[in-house]
Amino acid sequence: MDDLLSDSLTRLLEQISTPSVIRQIEAGGSAKDLWDSIETSGFLDALVPEAQDGAGLGLTEAFPMLMAAGRFAVPAPLAQTMLARASLAQAGVPAPAGAIALLGQMPTTEPGAPLHAVVPFGRVAEWLLTTIDDQAYLLPLTQGTQFESVGHGCLSVAVRWSTGLSEMTEARAVPVAQEDIESLAAVSYAAQIAGAADRVLEMTLDYVNQRTQFGKPIGKFQAVQNQISIMAERVWVSRMAAQLACQSEDWRARPLLAAVGKARTSEAAAIVADISHAMHGAIGITEEYDLQIYTRKLREWRHAAGAETYWESRIGEALLWQDGTALSFMCETLSA
Amino acid sequence: MIDTLALTHIPPAYDAFRDEVRSFLQETLKGMSPERRARSWMGFDPEFSRKLAQRGWLGLTLPTEYGGAGKGAYARFVLSEELLAAGAPVSAHWIADRQSGPLILKYGTDVQKAFYLPRISQAQAFFCIGMSEPNSGSDLASIRTRATRTDKGWILNGSKIWTTNAQHSQYMIALVRTSGEPADRYKGLSQLIVDLSLPGVTIRPINDMSGDAHFSEVFFEDVVCPPDALIGTEGDGWAQVNAELAFERSGPERLYSSVVLLETWLKYCRQRGLAGAHTTAALGKIVSWLAVLRLMSIALAGKLDRGESPAIEATIVKDIGTEIEQAIPRLIGDVLSAEPSAQTDVPLMRTLSYLEQLAPSFSLRGGTREILRGIIARGLGLR
Repeated sequence: MDDLLSDSLTRLLEQISTPSVIRQIEAGGSAKDLWDSIETSGFLDALVPEAQDGAGLGLTEAFPMLMAAGRFAVPAPLAQTMLARASLAQAGVPAPAGAIALLGQMPTTEPGAPLHAVVPFGRVAEWLLTTIDDQAYLLPLTQGTQFESVGHGCLSVAVRWSTGLSEMTEARAVPVAQEDIESLAAVSYAAQIAGAADRVLEMTLDYVNQRTQFGKPIGKFQAVQNQISIMAERVWVSRMAAQLACQSEDWRARPLLAAVGKARTSEAAAIVADISHAMHGAIGITEEYDLQIYTRKLREWRHAAGAETYWESRIGEALLWQDGTALSFMCETLSA
Repeated sequence: MIDTLALTHIPPAYDAFRDEVRSFLQETLKGMSPERRARSWMGFDPEFSRKLAQRGWLGLTLPTEYGGAGKGAYARFVLSEELLAAGAPVSAHWIADRQSGPLILKYGTDVQKAFYLPRISQAQAFFCIGMSEPNSGSDLASIRTRATRTDKGWILNGSKIWTTNAQHSQYMIALVRTSGEPADRYKGLSQLIVDLSLPGVTIRPINDMSGDAHFSEVFFEDVVCPPDALIGTEGDGWAQVNAELAFERSGPERLYSSVVLLETWLKYCRQRGLAGAHTTAALGKIVSWLAVLRLMSIALAGKLDRGESPAIEATIVKDIGTEIEQAIPRLIGDVLSAEPSAQTDVPLMRTLSYLEQLAPSFSLRGGTREILRGIIARGLGLR
């Protein structure tokens, strides 16, 4: 069931999330056509219970789909909307139409002051599922907001709403736990990094097998093989870490597993991106060549929902404040 | 292309076994210093190995008809990780249990199996692995030690070096040339089980920089080995050695060499209430790395259990596992010395110091980093 779904999602993404579509949206174009195709495909309700007209998948089963969103560098919050819809269904709240971005917690502001935050995928989402003082809200990203991109081609944007929460008529309080939103965000980006890293490794292997210097493919040189091995190891670790983060029978992510997943994939994201560019040479950093589409995502998703040290500290605190050994913590808490 | 590893669970049925191992270790290792525990699979204590044997915990995966326990790879994984994390002195039996036993089971004759396997399971036969020679390290196929077949048996001449535990073992499984010349490389190599008590065998322990002597130089001068010293097929030594490496490279000992330091430091932080940003981040980095590598190692144990030989996948786990083992003393050392007063805890500092000195060996033993990455590159289709 989940294999069938992820295979058909992969086929869809091959069609609709092409490098030219990604380039156009990243350059400021509308994501509406892309999103309409995703919305009508029905994948967004994959984790919503069958009783509520979803496919009823658990997070474990959804892992290949979340990874596919990364592999195809989908320029819209596909994974995040799937997870947001599952949490809203559980809360008994009808999901709004449109793409939903995730942010564990809004930065604190003075009461009544305009809200602001850096929102991953904020440029192409209509809603933000987040929390303010431990209360979750769906905040509109469409009206009365200003966006400022946080990097060239980034879909993460600094958002400034024109009002405070109390005057924001479209904002809706929803009964979802802050911990759940934060963990789901971490899991979604961990899986996306694993998917994009896999794609980047494939592109790099193709390149070093084709590119010839000193009379032979550069992949034959030991120095190149050494770098590629380091990269491949990180890709493998990312996949296992993201898979671990997604171990759950329902939609809810286990916070410490999400932490392991996001910590290890975030560190890998930077290393994989660096090595892939080192192997590609100058062509890799050109606009025209596709590698940069995926490596820029690796870097953007590393920051989204917190990079490695943020999550490592969470894990370290959890271990420090209990009694058992590090081994029993790994066996009981950081295991599937 | 290399197979991706699916996340595998150790079934809950093994929880009771884990508890049993833990309470045995708590009792048996009471009062042992962290510095000694840190030696773990370099810590030699035949008495301890015999205690494990009495419980039926040696040869766990060997068939019961040969004195083993007939259990699977998961039981072995649970036992191994508990032993390593506790810093149990397992070195006496470790190599026999991990790879010589499975090798003899796979390639041995009925007579060889009936002779060696019960002895391994009873901690009466300890094994070492004779691979490196003075002029053959990473270039293993260039070895020169030669066994010549005669009507008396095999006449062995040459020498091995860096052989862990040779001075403590009854037997060596040696990779030797049985035909051709060193230039023939992989062709003409065979494996012999050498009884180290035979006349003509000289063993000289080599002191290492941390003050131990865990490895030796071994000389063979016209050693007469019986005809059935040959294990497996004459001329197939190279293939046999490579099959063995999946066992050698995939296990938790490639992740846990610094775990005693981690556990000792964790206790110390809790006792002193140290929970600063550096401490929690370093702790989280270490355990999240180990948690993921542990799952990769478990996935490999599952493959070995199904009779597969995931040699390239095991190489990946070893290369990155040893990188983390080596990073642990570095990370902990940095946090400890960010707070100079911490250096007053001498047992902790001695444990750290031991691992700092020995950590470079983690990525030498069992195949150097450079060799492993060549194997990974081959798996990725680059060679």
